[in-house]
Amino acid sequence: MVLWELFYTFFMMGFVSFGGGYAMIPIITSAASEYGWMSAERLTDMIALAGMSPGPIATNSAILVGYSAAGISGAIISALAMLLPSIILVITVAAFFNMIHHSPMVEAMFYVIRPLVTSLIIFAAIRFGLTNHLWILKVSFQSISLLFIFGLSLFALLKLRWNPIYVILLSGLAGTALYS
Amino acid sequence: MKEQGRKLFQIFWTFFKISPVSFGGGYAMIPLIEKEINEKKKWLTRDDMTEVFALSQTVPGGVGVNSAAFIGHRISGIKGALTAVAGVSLPTFLIVLALGLSYFFVQGHPKLEAAFVSIRVTIIAIILYAAIKIAKTAIVDKITFFIMTAGVPALFFIHPFIVIFIGGLIGIVLTFFKKRPYTGANSKQYKQEDASKNPDNYMWGAGI
Repeated sequence: MVLWELFYTFFMMGFVSFGGGYAMIPIITSAASEYGWMSAERLTDMIALAGMSPGPIATNSAILVGYSAAGISGAIISALAMLLPSIILVITVAAFFNMIHHSPMVEAMFYVIRPLVTSLIIFAAIRFGLTNHLWILKVSFQSISLLFIFGLSLFALLKLRWNPIYVILLSGLAGTALYS
Repeated sequence: MKEQGRKLFQIFWTFFKISPVSFGGGYAMIPLIEKEINEKKKWLTRDDMTEVFALSQTVPGGVGVNSAAFIGHRISGIKGALTAVAGVSLPTFLIVLALGLSYFFVQGHPKLEAAFVSIRVTIIAIILYAAIKIAKTAIVDKITFFIMTAGVPALFFIHPFIVIFIGGLIGIVLTFFKKRPYTGANSKQYKQEDASKNPDNYMWGAGI
Protein backbone atom coordinates (compact mmCIF):
# COMPACT_ATOMS: atom_id res chain seq x y z
CA MET A 1 0.00 0.00 0.00
CA VAL A 2 1.63 3.19 -1.23
CA LEU A 3 0.19 5.45 1.48
CA TRP A 4 1.56 3.25 4.23
CA GLU A 5 4.98 3.10 2.54
CA LEU A 6 4.99 6.89 2.30
CA PHE A 7 3.91 7.34 5.89
CA TYR A 8 6.42 4.85 7.23
CA THR A 9 9.34 6.28 5.21
CA PHE A 10 8.71 9.92 6.06
CA PHE A 11 7.77 9.28 9.68
CA MET A 12 11.09 7.51 10.23
CA MET A 13 12.86 10.21 8.26
CA GLY A 14 11.32 12.90 10.45
CA PHE A 15 13.25 11.56 13.43
CA VAL A 16 16.65 11.89 11.74
CA SER A 17 15.96 14.95 9.62
CA PHE A 18 19.16 16.80 10.43
CA GLY A 19 21.12 19.09 8.21
CA GLY A 20 18.44 21.17 6.59
CA GLY A 21 16.91 18.63 4.29
CA TYR A 22 19.43 17.79 1.59
CA ALA A 23 20.94 15.12 3.83
CA MET A 24 17.60 13.31 3.59
CA ILE A 25 17.86 12.77 -0.18
CA PRO A 26 19.58 9.37 0.12
CA ILE A 27 16.74 8.12 2.33
CA ILE A 28 14.12 9.32 -0.15
CA THR A 29 16.09 7.90 -3.09
CA SER A 30 16.45 4.46 -1.57
CA ALA A 31 12.78 4.32 -0.56
CA ALA A 32 11.67 5.50 -4.01
CA SER A 33 13.64 2.79 -5.76
CA GLU A 34 12.79 0.10 -3.22
CA TYR A 35 9.04 0.73 -3.47
CA GLY A 36 9.15 1.76 -7.14
CA TRP A 37 7.51 5.15 -6.54
CA MET A 38 9.14 6.95 -9.48
CA SER A 39 12.16 7.18 -11.75
CA ALA A 40 15.41 8.79 -10.62
CA GLU A 41 14.91 11.72 -13.01
CA ARG A 42 11.44 12.40 -11.70
CA LEU A 43 12.82 12.29 -8.17
CA THR A 44 15.49 14.86 -9.06
CA ASP A 45 12.75 17.11 -10.45
CA MET A 46 10.78 16.77 -7.21
CA ILE A 47 13.85 17.75 -5.15
CA ALA A 48 14.37 20.72 -7.48
CA LEU A 49 10.77 21.84 -6.98
CA ALA A 50 11.20 21.39 -3.22
CA GLY A 51 14.22 23.69 -3.33
CA MET A 52 12.21 26.35 -5.14
CA SER A 53 9.43 26.44 -2.52
CA PRO A 54 9.30 28.10 0.87
CA GLY A 55 9.45 25.80 3.88
CA PRO A 56 11.85 23.07 4.94
CA ILE A 57 13.33 21.18 2.00
CA ALA A 58 12.88 17.74 3.57
CA THR A 59 9.16 18.34 4.17
CA ASN A 60 8.70 19.90 0.73
CA SER A 61 10.37 16.89 -0.88
CA ALA A 62 8.15 14.56 1.11
CA ILE A 63 5.03 16.43 -0.04
CA LEU A 64 6.09 16.33 -3.70
CA VAL A 65 7.22 12.72 -3.63
CA GLY A 66 3.96 11.81 -1.90
CA TYR A 67 1.94 13.70 -4.48
CA SER A 68 3.86 12.19 -7.34
CA ALA A 69 3.43 8.66 -5.95
CA ALA A 70 -0.17 8.78 -4.73
CA GLY A 71 -1.83 12.10 -5.57
CA ILE A 72 -3.25 14.58 -3.05
CA SER A 73 -3.75 11.98 -0.31
CA GLY A 74 -0.11 10.96 -0.74
CA ALA A 75 0.94 14.59 -0.30
CA ILE A 76 -1.14 14.99 2.87
CA ILE A 77 0.02 11.69 4.41
CA SER A 78 3.67 12.49 3.66
CA ALA A 79 3.44 15.99 5.14
CA LEU A 80 1.79 14.68 8.32
CA ALA A 81 4.36 11.90 8.57
CA MET A 82 7.18 14.47 8.44
CA LEU A 83 5.56 16.87 10.91
CA LEU A 84 4.59 14.33 13.59
CA PRO A 85 8.16 13.49 14.68
CA SER A 86 8.95 17.22 15.03
CA ILE A 87 5.95 17.70 17.30
CA ILE A 88 6.66 14.57 19.34
CA LEU A 89 10.36 15.40 19.72
CA VAL A 90 9.87 19.07 20.54
CA ILE A 91 7.27 18.33 23.22
CA THR A 92 9.27 15.56 24.84
CA VAL A 93 12.61 17.32 24.57
CA ALA A 94 11.17 20.64 25.81
CA ALA A 95 10.35 19.00 29.12
CA PHE A 96 13.98 18.37 29.98
CA PHE A 97 15.84 20.56 27.54
CA ASN A 98 18.03 22.20 30.17
CA MET A 99 19.20 18.76 31.18
CA ILE A 100 20.34 17.72 27.71
CA HIS A 101 21.43 21.11 26.36
CA HIS A 102 25.22 21.23 26.74
CA SER A 103 25.23 17.70 28.15
CA PRO A 104 28.53 16.06 27.17
CA MET A 105 26.76 12.97 25.86
CA VAL A 106 24.46 14.88 23.52
CA GLU A 107 27.35 17.02 22.35
CA ALA A 108 29.37 13.87 21.68
CA MET A 109 26.53 12.36 19.67
CA PHE A 110 26.31 15.47 17.52
CA TYR A 111 30.09 15.55 17.21
CA VAL A 112 29.82 12.27 15.28
CA ILE A 113 26.44 12.78 13.63
CA ARG A 114 27.34 16.14 12.06
CA PRO A 115 30.19 14.78 9.89
CA LEU A 116 27.94 11.83 8.97
CA VAL A 117 25.26 14.24 7.83
CA THR A 118 27.96 15.83 5.67
CA SER A 119 28.72 12.37 4.23
CA LEU A 120 25.02 11.93 3.50
CA ILE A 121 24.91 15.14 1.50
CA ILE A 122 28.11 14.32 -0.42
CA PHE A 123 26.68 10.88 -1.10
CA ALA A 124 23.47 12.49 -2.38
CA ALA A 125 25.47 14.70 -4.76
CA ILE A 126 27.44 11.71 -6.11
CA ARG A 127 24.32 9.58 -6.57
CA PHE A 128 22.41 12.36 -8.26
CA GLY A 129 25.37 13.08 -10.50
CA LEU A 130 25.39 9.41 -11.51
CA THR A 131 21.66 9.18 -12.22
CA ASN A 132 21.79 12.40 -14.21
CA HIS A 133 24.92 11.33 -16.09
CA LEU A 134 26.91 14.39 -15.01
CA TRP A 135 30.07 12.45 -14.26
CA ILE A 136 30.13 10.71 -17.65
CA LEU A 137 32.86 12.15 -19.82
CA LYS A 138 31.26 12.15 -23.20
CA VAL A 139 32.02 14.85 -25.72
CA SER A 140 28.77 16.32 -26.91
CA PHE A 141 27.26 19.78 -26.83
CA GLN A 142 24.86 18.79 -24.09
CA SER A 143 27.35 17.10 -21.75
CA ILE A 144 29.90 19.89 -22.04
CA SER A 145 27.37 22.69 -21.61
CA LEU A 146 25.90 20.88 -18.61
CA LEU A 147 29.31 20.65 -16.94
CA PHE A 148 29.63 24.36 -17.65
CA ILE A 149 26.22 25.05 -16.04
CA PHE A 150 27.26 22.93 -13.07
CA GLY A 151 30.42 25.01 -12.62
CA LEU A 152 28.58 28.30 -13.08
CA SER A 153 25.93 27.27 -10.54
CA LEU A 154 28.60 26.43 -7.97
CA PHE A 155 30.35 29.72 -8.69
CA ALA A 156 27.11 31.70 -8.24
CA LEU A 157 26.40 29.93 -4.93
CA LEU A 158 29.87 29.93 -3.40
CA LYS A 159 31.47 33.10 -4.73
CA LEU A 160 28.60 35.39 -5.68
CA ARG A 161 26.54 34.05 -2.75
CA TRP A 162 23.31 34.14 -4.69
CA ASN A 163 20.15 32.78 -3.21
CA PRO A 164 19.81 29.16 -4.44
CA ILE A 165 16.27 29.83 -5.63
CA TYR A 166 17.50 32.42 -8.14
CA VAL A 167 20.24 30.07 -9.28
CA ILE A 168 17.62 27.37 -9.95
CA LEU A 169 15.37 29.79 -11.85
CA LEU A 170 18.21 31.18 -13.98
CA SER A 171 19.43 27.69 -14.71
CA GLY A 172 15.94 26.78 -15.88
CA LEU A 173 15.93 29.74 -18.26
CA ALA A 174 19.35 28.73 -19.59
CA GLY A 175 18.07 25.19 -20.11
CA THR A 176 15.05 26.43 -22.04
CA ALA A 177 17.29 28.54 -24.25
CA LEU A 178 19.88 25.82 -24.86
CA TYR A 179 18.03 22.53 -25.09
CA SER A 180 14.57 23.12 -26.53
CA MET B 1 -13.63 27.49 26.23
CA LYS B 2 -14.38 30.35 23.87
CA GLU B 3 -11.33 32.15 25.20
CA GLN B 4 -9.14 29.18 24.42
CA GLY B 5 -10.55 28.89 20.92
CA ARG B 6 -9.69 32.52 20.26
CA LYS B 7 -6.17 32.03 21.54
CA LEU B 8 -5.68 28.97 19.36
CA PHE B 9 -6.92 30.88 16.34
CA GLN B 10 -4.48 33.70 17.13
CA ILE B 11 -1.63 31.18 17.34
CA PHE B 12 -2.67 29.66 14.04
CA TRP B 13 -2.97 33.02 12.30
CA THR B 14 0.36 34.34 13.63
CA PHE B 15 2.30 31.40 12.24
CA PHE B 16 0.21 31.27 9.09
CA LYS B 17 1.29 34.86 8.31
CA ILE B 18 4.99 34.24 8.96
CA SER B 19 5.23 30.96 7.10
CA PRO B 20 5.56 32.07 3.44
CA VAL B 21 8.70 34.04 4.37
CA SER B 22 10.55 30.84 5.00
CA PHE B 23 11.93 30.36 1.50
CA GLY B 24 14.40 27.51 1.64
CA GLY B 25 14.33 27.02 5.39
CA GLY B 26 13.30 28.45 8.67
CA TYR B 27 16.12 30.82 9.55
CA ALA B 28 14.51 33.74 7.75
CA MET B 29 11.56 33.33 10.10
CA ILE B 30 13.48 33.68 13.34
CA PRO B 31 13.49 37.49 13.57
CA LEU B 32 9.82 37.59 12.54
CA ILE B 33 8.79 34.98 15.09
CA GLU B 34 10.67 36.87 17.77
CA LYS B 35 8.92 40.11 16.85
CA GLU B 36 5.43 38.61 16.75
CA ILE B 37 5.62 36.31 19.76
CA ASN B 38 7.79 38.34 22.08
CA GLU B 39 7.40 42.03 21.18
CA LYS B 40 3.86 42.23 19.82
CA LYS B 41 1.88 39.47 21.50
CA LYS B 42 4.09 39.15 24.60
CA TRP B 43 3.34 35.44 24.74
CA LEU B 44 6.90 34.53 25.69
CA THR B 45 9.84 36.34 27.29
CA ARG B 46 13.15 36.99 25.56
CA ASP B 47 14.81 34.25 27.59
CA ASP B 48 12.11 31.83 26.48
CA MET B 49 12.75 32.82 22.88
CA THR B 50 16.47 32.07 23.16
CA GLU B 51 15.62 28.65 24.53
CA VAL B 52 13.06 28.12 21.75
CA PHE B 53 15.62 28.69 19.03
CA ALA B 54 18.36 26.70 20.73
CA LEU B 55 16.01 23.75 21.01
CA SER B 56 14.57 24.11 17.52
CA GLN B 57 18.03 23.84 16.08
CA THR B 58 18.95 20.76 18.08
CA VAL B 59 15.86 18.70 17.34
CA PRO B 60 15.61 17.16 13.84
CA GLY B 61 13.27 18.88 11.41
CA GLY B 62 12.86 22.40 10.09
CA VAL B 63 13.65 25.27 12.44
CA GLY B 64 10.35 26.99 11.59
CA VAL B 65 8.21 23.94 12.37
CA ASN B 66 10.15 23.13 15.52
CA SER B 67 9.92 26.64 16.94
CA ALA B 68 6.21 26.76 16.10
CA ALA B 69 5.66 23.48 17.95
CA PHE B 70 7.66 24.69 20.94
CA ILE B 71 6.01 28.11 21.17
CA GLY B 72 2.51 26.68 20.65
CA HIS B 73 3.20 24.11 23.37
CA ARG B 74 4.37 26.82 25.78
CA ILE B 75 1.26 28.90 25.21
CA SER B 76 -1.51 26.30 25.08
CA GLY B 77 -0.10 22.81 25.57
CA ILE B 78 -0.40 20.07 23.00
CA LYS B 79 -3.36 21.72 21.28
CA GLY B 80 -1.27 24.86 20.94
CA ALA B 81 1.62 22.90 19.46
CA LEU B 82 -0.62 21.22 16.89
CA THR B 83 -2.29 24.53 16.00
CA ALA B 84 1.01 26.36 15.57
CA VAL B 85 2.46 23.58 13.40
CA ALA B 86 -0.69 23.57 11.27
CA GLY B 87 -0.42 27.33 10.89
CA VAL B 88 3.22 27.32 9.91
CA SER B 89 2.87 24.35 7.55
CA LEU B 90 -0.37 25.02 5.71
CA PRO B 91 0.79 27.92 3.48
CA THR B 92 3.97 26.16 2.40
CA PHE B 93 2.06 22.91 1.91
CA LEU B 94 -0.34 24.67 -0.45
CA ILE B 95 2.46 26.45 -2.32
CA VAL B 96 4.43 23.22 -2.73
CA LEU B 97 1.33 21.36 -3.85
CA ALA B 98 0.53 24.10 -6.39
CA LEU B 99 4.05 23.83 -7.78
CA GLY B 100 3.72 20.06 -7.99
CA LEU B 101 0.33 20.33 -9.70
CA SER B 102 1.65 22.78 -12.28
CA TYR B 103 4.68 20.58 -12.91
CA PHE B 104 2.47 17.62 -13.74
CA PHE B 105 0.10 19.83 -15.70
CA VAL B 106 2.79 21.04 -18.11
CA GLN B 107 4.75 17.80 -17.91
CA GLY B 108 6.15 16.69 -21.25
CA HIS B 109 6.23 20.20 -22.66
CA PRO B 110 9.56 20.52 -24.51
CA LYS B 111 10.41 23.89 -22.94
CA LEU B 112 9.85 22.59 -19.41
CA GLU B 113 11.79 19.40 -20.15
CA ALA B 114 14.66 21.53 -21.44
CA ALA B 115 14.56 23.74 -18.34
CA PHE B 116 14.79 20.69 -16.10
CA VAL B 117 17.76 19.23 -18.00
CA SER B 118 19.67 22.25 -16.74
CA ILE B 119 17.95 22.48 -13.33
CA ARG B 120 18.86 18.87 -12.47
CA VAL B 121 22.52 19.75 -12.85
CA THR B 122 22.10 22.92 -10.79
CA ILE B 123 20.45 20.90 -8.03
CA ILE B 124 23.57 18.74 -7.82
CA ALA B 125 25.61 21.94 -7.46
CA ILE B 126 23.26 23.10 -4.69
CA ILE B 127 23.59 19.79 -2.86
CA LEU B 128 27.37 20.06 -3.09
CA TYR B 129 27.13 23.62 -1.81
CA ALA B 130 25.02 22.37 1.09
CA ALA B 131 27.70 19.78 1.86
CA ILE B 132 30.44 22.44 1.89
CA LYS B 133 28.41 24.72 4.16
CA ILE B 134 27.66 21.94 6.62
CA ALA B 135 31.22 20.64 6.52
CA LYS B 136 32.38 24.04 7.77
CA THR B 137 30.54 23.52 11.04
CA ALA B 138 30.79 19.73 11.21
CA ILE B 139 34.47 19.18 10.49
CA VAL B 140 36.30 20.59 13.48
CA ASP B 141 39.28 18.23 13.73
CA LYS B 142 40.94 15.13 12.24
CA ILE B 143 38.45 12.71 13.78
CA THR B 144 35.41 14.46 12.31
CA PHE B 145 37.19 14.62 8.94
CA PHE B 146 37.86 10.89 9.12
CA ILE B 147 34.23 10.15 10.05
CA MET B 148 32.99 12.18 7.09
CA THR B 149 35.39 10.49 4.66
CA ALA B 150 34.53 7.01 5.91
CA GLY B 151 30.83 7.81 5.85
CA VAL B 152 30.57 8.34 2.10
CA PRO B 153 31.61 4.83 0.95
CA ALA B 154 29.74 3.29 3.90
CA LEU B 155 26.51 4.82 2.58
CA PHE B 156 26.81 2.78 -0.61
CA PHE B 157 26.23 -0.33 1.53
CA ILE B 158 24.44 0.73 4.71
CA HIS B 159 21.06 2.45 5.02
CA PRO B 160 21.27 6.11 6.17
CA PHE B 161 19.07 5.39 9.22
CA ILE B 162 21.56 2.82 10.44
CA VAL B 163 24.54 5.06 9.67
CA ILE B 164 23.09 7.92 11.75
CA PHE B 165 22.09 5.54 14.54
CA ILE B 166 25.58 3.98 14.68
CA GLY B 167 27.02 7.51 14.61
CA GLY B 168 25.03 8.43 17.71
CA LEU B 169 26.21 5.27 19.46
CA ILE B 170 29.84 5.97 18.57
CA GLY B 171 29.36 9.45 20.02
CA ILE B 172 28.17 8.01 23.31
CA VAL B 173 31.11 5.60 23.40
CA LEU B 174 33.45 8.51 22.63
CA THR B 175 32.43 10.31 25.83
CA PHE B 176 34.20 7.58 27.74
CA PHE B 177 37.48 8.04 25.89
CA LYS B 178 37.77 11.61 24.75
CA LYS B 179 37.40 14.56 27.06
CA ARG B 180 34.95 17.08 25.60
CA PRO B 181 36.42 17.74 22.18
CA TYR B 182 33.01 18.76 20.94
CA THR B 183 32.91 22.46 21.62
CA GLY B 184 35.30 23.60 18.95
CA ALA B 185 35.56 27.16 17.71
CA ASN B 186 32.70 26.39 15.36
CA SER B 187 30.14 25.60 17.99
CA LYS B 188 29.14 29.22 18.35
CA GLN B 189 27.57 29.02 14.92
CA TYR B 190 24.67 27.10 16.35
CA LYS B 191 23.64 30.04 18.43
CA GLN B 192 20.54 31.73 17.17
CA GLU B 193 21.97 35.28 17.10
CA ASP B 194 24.60 34.27 14.61
CA ALA B 195 22.33 32.02 12.60
CA SER B 196 19.62 34.59 12.02
CA LYS B 197 22.05 37.26 10.88
CA ASN B 198 24.03 35.10 8.53
CA PRO B 199 22.30 34.81 5.14
CA ASP B 200 24.10 31.52 4.47
CA ASN B 201 22.04 29.86 7.14
CA TYR B 202 18.74 30.66 5.49
CA MET B 203 19.15 27.60 3.34
CA TRP B 204 19.61 25.12 6.10
CA GLY B 205 16.48 24.58 8.04
CA ALA B 206 17.90 22.38 10.75
CA GLY B 207 20.64 23.59 12.97
CA ILE B 208 23.03 20.72 12.92
